[in-house]
Amino acid sequence: MGRYLPLLLLICLWQVVCFLGIFPSYVLPSPIEIVKGFHALLTTGMPPGHLLYNHILYSLYRVGLGFAVACALGIPLGLLMGWFPQFYRLFSPIIELVRPIPPLAWIPIAIVWLGIGIRSAVFIIFLGAFFPVLLNTASGVLSINPILVDAAKTLNATQKDIFFKVLVPGSLPSIFVGMRVGMGVAWMTLVAAEFTGVKEGYGLGFMIMTARDIQRPDEILAGMFIIGMIGFTIDWLLRTWESSVRPWQ
Amino acid sequence: MHLEVVGIKKTFIAEKQGKETFAIAHIDLRVKEGEFVSILGPSGCGKSTLLRIISGLEKSFEGEVFLDGQKIRKHNHEVGLVFQQYALFPWRTMRENIEIGLEIMGMAKLDRRTIAEDYIRLFGMNGFEDQYPFQLSGGMQQRVAIARTLIMNPKVVLMDEPFGSLDSQTRNDMQEFLMDLWEKRHVTIIFVTHNVDEAVFLSDRIVVLSKRPARVLRIFECDSPRPRDRTSKVANDMRREIIGILRQERMEPSAVSNKTLTV
Repeated sequence: MGRYLPLLLLICLWQVVCFLGIFPSYVLPSPIEIVKGFHALLTTGMPPGHLLYNHILYSLYRVGLGFAVACALGIPLGLLMGWFPQFYRLFSPIIELVRPIPPLAWIPIAIVWLGIGIRSAVFIIFLGAFFPVLLNTASGVLSINPILVDAAKTLNATQKDIFFKVLVPGSLPSIFVGMRVGMGVAWMTLVAAEFTGVKEGYGLGFMIMTARDIQRPDEILAGMFIIGMIGFTIDWLLRTWESSVRPWQ
Repeated sequence: MHLEVVGIKKTFIAEKQGKETFAIAHIDLRVKEGEFVSILGPSGCGKSTLLRIISGLEKSFEGEVFLDGQKIRKHNHEVGLVFQQYALFPWRTMRENIEIGLEIMGMAKLDRRTIAEDYIRLFGMNGFEDQYPFQLSGGMQQRVAIARTLIMNPKVVLMDEPFGSLDSQTRNDMQEFLMDLWEKRHVTIIFVTHNVDEAVFLSDRIVVLSKRPARVLRIFECDSPRPRDRTSKVANDMRREIIGILRQERMEPSAVSNKTLTV
């Protein structure tokens, strides 16, 4: 409990600062106002009628889709790159060139190519998650002790056995690292990606941008807090999943 | 069963540095069914490389290896290999590690479980079946590795300094365990070690190798009955002689062919 004491003190201090009127509430709303803003997001919605849980569902849908595509492509490609040096040599120059471009820098071209809507939002999220997943998977394969491959060979393993019984489980720890980092980046790019993906009028990024348009800093901050909490929860879920699929250390 | 190693020569080529390392100069070896042969030599002399060649893992070398007159072209379960670092799969429980060879063969789950149970009992490892390797002691891990190899019924088992990373008490226990197993199962074993005591305690024959590039310096026959007394006069005399040969080998200046040649 004691660890949360500084946080609690900070919130109290914040409330006092607001109570004393040091900053006007349209710049810095007090914690109590933020809680009220949270309540308004739940009941009235932002814009009105667009309720919080719908924003959350849309955002989760976009992030889930982008992340799923990133894993579906990144994990197999990473396994191939880690296992076949020719594959690594083929792809690494391309990857080294594309990877340093921030996912958000793709937004304009994504709009040109895919239009405003879910496709470009998912594309941006995919780009954010793809490289961490790919590179961690590849380095996971490279980190497997070669004597494990030799051991499998002396037990009659074919290339297919080596792939499924050694490479995949052996790189699983790194794959999980890649997925957690990738999910973190995906969630970070979400808000910006939703600038382009708001045709439906839903999404947490869209929600806080709308709150800005109509001068509701309490709802902006409440929305930011929600985005953070969901990101934290997803990471916690991934960690829990990880420890249930790999009980070895 | 008999194993023949004929005219093995091996040079390592590190392409990047353009360097060649002459690892094995010339080795001939014949191993009979049920024999326990130790290969003893200074560290880095190419003992492990020789085992990799016999197992079929090493692709480029000169010479040939025959198992029952058939040339070994590719690694397979007829030649088992036990590694010093155990090489257990960390993501598999003990039982799953022991079963993996049968699993690769496509044996049904219940059948392989029954067979694995026999080995677990024979090896005195009951109660640890569902533990992961990191939860097992070094001695236990090596027993799992041996069981994983033996379950495939190999015609010959190669062991690459299998007890090298164990403390001396566990090492002695494992030597006795292996002797017992060898007598019960009549396995043929080629055992690489740099520990003279171990070789003298275990072997029917001891092949002493030179330093790199390796060739056979001497072959000792040890026919004293088992179980052996580690401190008997026969054992002491043999140890003294082998240690003397190895000491002299260390002192001698490197032969020309031992140098690293730049291409």
